[in-house]
Amino acid sequence: MDLVQLQRQLVDYRTSLYHEGFLDEQFTQLQELQDENNPDFVVEVVSLYFEDSERLLNELSKALEQQIIDFKRIDAHVHQLKGSSSSIGAQRVQKLCIVFRNYCEAQNVEGCLKCLQQVKHEYSIVKTKLESMFQLERQILNAGGSVPV
Amino acid sequence: MAAQGRHGGKESNKMTALVVDDNTVNRMIHHRLLDNLGIENVAVVNGKEAVDIHCSGKTFDLILMDMDMPVMNGIEATRQLREMGIRSMIAGVSTRSMEREIREFIEAGLDDYQEKPLTMSKLISIIHKING
Repeated sequence: MDLVQLQRQLVDYRTSLYHEGFLDEQFTQLQELQDENNPDFVVEVVSLYFEDSERLLNELSKALEQQIIDFKRIDAHVHQLKGSSSSIGAQRVQKLCIVFRNYCEAQNVEGCLKCLQQVKHEYSIVKTKLESMFQLERQILNAGGSVPV
Repeated sequence: MAAQGRHGGKESNKMTALVVDDNTVNRMIHHRLLDNLGIENVAVVNGKEAVDIHCSGKTFDLILMDMDMPVMNGIEATRQLREMGIRSMIAGVSTRSMEREIREFIEAGLDDYQEKPLTMSKLISIIHKING
């Protein structure tokens, strides 16, 4: 695939992520913070988001396996996940976290467990999509081109 | 910009800021936002650390204060900083949407409040209030 085709593919892919609600305006904000002095900012902050989210999802799984469920602790973890998802523009994950917190408040274990599965699912989708997008960007850069804004 | 001598005869005229947030992703983003505006900044992870850093003698032109944090939240930290006589611009940033909660935060001593996520334009509007 030539450079122009790659660039077009990236623009189309990125547009679809916004269209399908995987990303929102906040992701655009992150891209605008990237410049020649910080050329890897978006990848860095998204990588941090991945690390942090995986830790939180593990904690949530463990907390929901306990004999006595600590809803306050679970709520605190979901709050964190909601916050960072919102900050990077991972809209679907953020929205699920809001539902999750409602189940926590209602102390509904079944609801929480179902929500956790949904959050894990949406998280893994957005992670895959962002990684694909970054890979496209790398291909463009390796081909000597610049990443279209 | 910060008047010379306002913070104990600081050499540079660069603005300074303190980021107070327990979320690692937010801290990174707020740091980048401030850096891009040429604002020297430091981050701490909860309200207690924000109070402690002031106790150690440091002051800042701007404090970006998250609301929900462990150990000491933003409301309590803001209250304590004001009691200590800290007159810096404190801007609360939070995802809370209930008026009552936001009001409590503001009444603790905020100069401004912005809903998260923080964007460049929100940050610029906060800074204009300092210089305005």
